[in-house]
Amino acid sequence: MLRLFANAKYDFIKWRRWAYALTAAIIVPGFLLFLVHGLNYSIEFTGGTLIQVETHTGVGTGKIRSALDAAGIHDAEIQTFGADSVFVIRARLSGESRSIEGGGTQQTAQAVSRALDAGIGAGQYRIDRTEAVGPKVGRELQGKAFLAIFFSFLVTLVYLAIRFEWRFGLAAVLATFHDILTTIAFIRYLNLEVSLIVVGAVLTMVGYSLNDTIIIFDRVRENLRKFRRQNLYEILNLSINETLPRSVLTHGTTMATTLALVLLAGEVLRPFALVMTFAIFTGTFSSVYIAAPVLMAIEKRWPGKDARGARTLRPAGTAAPETPPRSPEPQPTR
Amino acid sequence: MRKIRSRLLLIGVLVIGAIWALIPTNSTIRVRDATTGRMKDSTVRRVPINLGLDLQGGIHLALEVDQSKGQVPDPAEAIRRAERVVRTRIDEFGVTEPVVQVVGGNRLIVELAGEKDPSRAKSIIQRTAFLEFRITDMKNLFRDAIPQMDGALRAAGVSPTTGGGGAATPSAVSQLFGGDTSKAKPAPGKKGKTPAAAPPKPDTSFLNQPGALSALLFQGSLPGEFLVPEEQVPVAESLLARPEVQRLMPRGFELRWGTEVESRGARPYRALYAVEEKPIITGEELEKASARRDQLTNQSVVDFVLSRRGGRIFERETARHVNDYMAIILDGRVQGQPPVIKSEIGQRGQIELGNKSLQEANDLALVLRAGALPAPLTIVEERTIGPTLGRDSINDGIRAGAVGVILVVLIMVIYYRTSGILAVAALGFYALFTLAGLAGFGFTLTLPGLAGLALSVGIATDANVLIFERIREELQHGKLVRTAVDEGFKHAMSAIVDSNVSTALTAFILYLVGTGPVQGFAITLIIGIIASMITAVFVVRTFYMIWLERRPDMVTLSI
Repeated sequence: MLRLFANAKYDFIKWRRWAYALTAAIIVPGFLLFLVHGLNYSIEFTGGTLIQVETHTGVGTGKIRSALDAAGIHDAEIQTFGADSVFVIRARLSGESRSIEGGGTQQTAQAVSRALDAGIGAGQYRIDRTEAVGPKVGRELQGKAFLAIFFSFLVTLVYLAIRFEWRFGLAAVLATFHDILTTIAFIRYLNLEVSLIVVGAVLTMVGYSLNDTIIIFDRVRENLRKFRRQNLYEILNLSINETLPRSVLTHGTTMATTLALVLLAGEVLRPFALVMTFAIFTGTFSSVYIAAPVLMAIEKRWPGKDARGARTLRPAGTAAPETPPRSPEPQPTR
Repeated sequence: MRKIRSRLLLIGVLVIGAIWALIPTNSTIRVRDATTGRMKDSTVRRVPINLGLDLQGGIHLALEVDQSKGQVPDPAEAIRRAERVVRTRIDEFGVTEPVVQVVGGNRLIVELAGEKDPSRAKSIIQRTAFLEFRITDMKNLFRDAIPQMDGALRAAGVSPTTGGGGAATPSAVSQLFGGDTSKAKPAPGKKGKTPAAAPPKPDTSFLNQPGALSALLFQGSLPGEFLVPEEQVPVAESLLARPEVQRLMPRGFELRWGTEVESRGARPYRALYAVEEKPIITGEELEKASARRDQLTNQSVVDFVLSRRGGRIFERETARHVNDYMAIILDGRVQGQPPVIKSEIGQRGQIELGNKSLQEANDLALVLRAGALPAPLTIVEERTIGPTLGRDSINDGIRAGAVGVILVVLIMVIYYRTSGILAVAALGFYALFTLAGLAGFGFTLTLPGLAGLALSVGIATDANVLIFERIREELQHGKLVRTAVDEGFKHAMSAIVDSNVSTALTAFILYLVGTGPVQGFAITLIIGIIASMITAVFVVRTFYMIWLERRPDMVTLSI
């Protein structure tokens, strides 16, 4: 039987201050950069220039894309339009040249034209029209995505308060919020383009991180009932160690998939794959080093009626007696 | 054994249901005709999974402000406002993640993924949805003006149309007057008056002959309603548009065509209504609209609620017009037969659509809700368009995805051996159920949606990993194989349920609050979570039951 990390006894919680420092070192500069420069939104959000090109046969989207990439126009959308030899290119220039009012359209068209001259040869294509295009995605999407995440936090809080205890819910939501911050910092560091699919990756991250945190919390809930004499510090460590084989395997398989995407899925999907890979990393990290220690901190700050800490985190549904009842047997989990 | 059999039966039913949902069906797509270069509808047989614009492409429509029927003061502003309205309408139309984009300041691009019913989509985009309620010509002023109009037309050299049924029925108007059971005033008195009031009579013989208009317009069953034989509608339209006829139009009245063609006897007729120029209320005051089917009459009905202010105006006006007929006019067309105002109406009312389908009622409610276009739009270009991601990226993505799946399968089988094979087999069921779910509910699959699917594949594998690790722990504690499997499933359940329910809740909120791409992600994630719960827990458990049943003496489990 192949088993990794079985019966591990690492003291994860001991390293929490280092973890806080590390994550702060990632988030703070990244967030400052984000506040100063904002994010690099894709053409779907900003709009750009639409260029309709007619080519001779045998020129595919791949060839046009590599021509544009070679000329430094990276985030173009290339679609066939009606016939197979007609293409619509939605492109925009990167960097400062983008900010030129009005003149941007002409410049982008010229840049695309130069790129095509180099890539597929002058005279091998004809530009049918160039026009400025507005954003495809309304600004409201951004606001709505954040609103949606905010409300989903509320619902998570309520659900976990019912199934676990409000302290667990708060810790899980804080850990997920931490992941959103680190992901924004990550996107900012690599200056990745925020397109719709990257928004999808961030949403996936929220789901993944929450999932992972709850798996560990479930074990904490179980162990709190099983081991009545240990304190929360010990129980958290025990639970993380017990779920370690599962964590390694699950994150290993998902990471294998996203790394395959990073390496093989090409330029267009790479930002998405990178964010997904980072999401698995930060989701795992935060479940162990943010959710668990934060749960402990919350418990310390707002302890329950039992001063021993761990005992106050009662399983859901049981009453809150003045003196907790002693149960000789570990209670079965539900 | 009986337990296993009923479990297998349930799985069998699910598999058959899933295959049923995935059987290729006929669907209409919009394609470019190779010979003429025009767009046409074509029917193809394919698996009923809708792919989004980013994966499959679709139809591309370019729209411009239609200035042919009157100048629009600021077309650029109108296009910007139209963008919002069209986006809302299409979002309500279904989760298809369309592109709505302003181009060059005066055009609007709308791109729809392999839209099933392109003509319906187009009509929804283009509808201006100007709703108004107007009182019909209760005093028959228009009818009384017809002979004068006929005279004017005769003077201009227009004679009654020959050929066609219209002229074959002499003096249709006067004939039908007798049969008029509505509250129109007795016809003969009026009729006597009209010639006398008419201006100079160049030729009295026209009184005996049917005029050009009176041969076409048949009095309908209520005041202000006329019926025109369907094939004569263009003729009537051109006659009525002539300046000499327009000049004689009673002041404060206009003519509006009805939407429906009805049969009287063997011939189809279209209704024409003379209505007051000034509406008693317009759609601007409309706040809500919803469609339903009336239980009693089986009619499609659109209920509407007016604003407080609109309700006050409507109440006052309808009180003034009790027993009058009120035409419901949408985009200049009278909807159905004008109903009679039985008593005063306040903020709430309804539009009855007769035997029209509920879908049409829904479309009407949708358009009324989503607001009116600031100016009519006309389609200037229509093309098929390739996937946004580009074929090259999609092929790369498929290859990378395949490599990822192979890696997952390898890891599971190497690490968990036979149990890993069971988990991988369950993933096969998972894929089948998820695709069937997407097809069955008619959702559109896009790249963010695929991200949701990838996440749910991860969740499905994770559920099996949780169970397997738990079984291993139980085995380590020295439990027998059978007990360890039972306990493993039992103890892993709370983690699986809680993590999946909270993720599903998150996805549900994303669906409620988000728009297009966010919703697509949420829906595929929810379907994926449900499918993964069924397969990872129920299907794998059944596999184990069969396995343990066949090898009751098993001492070590291949896990």
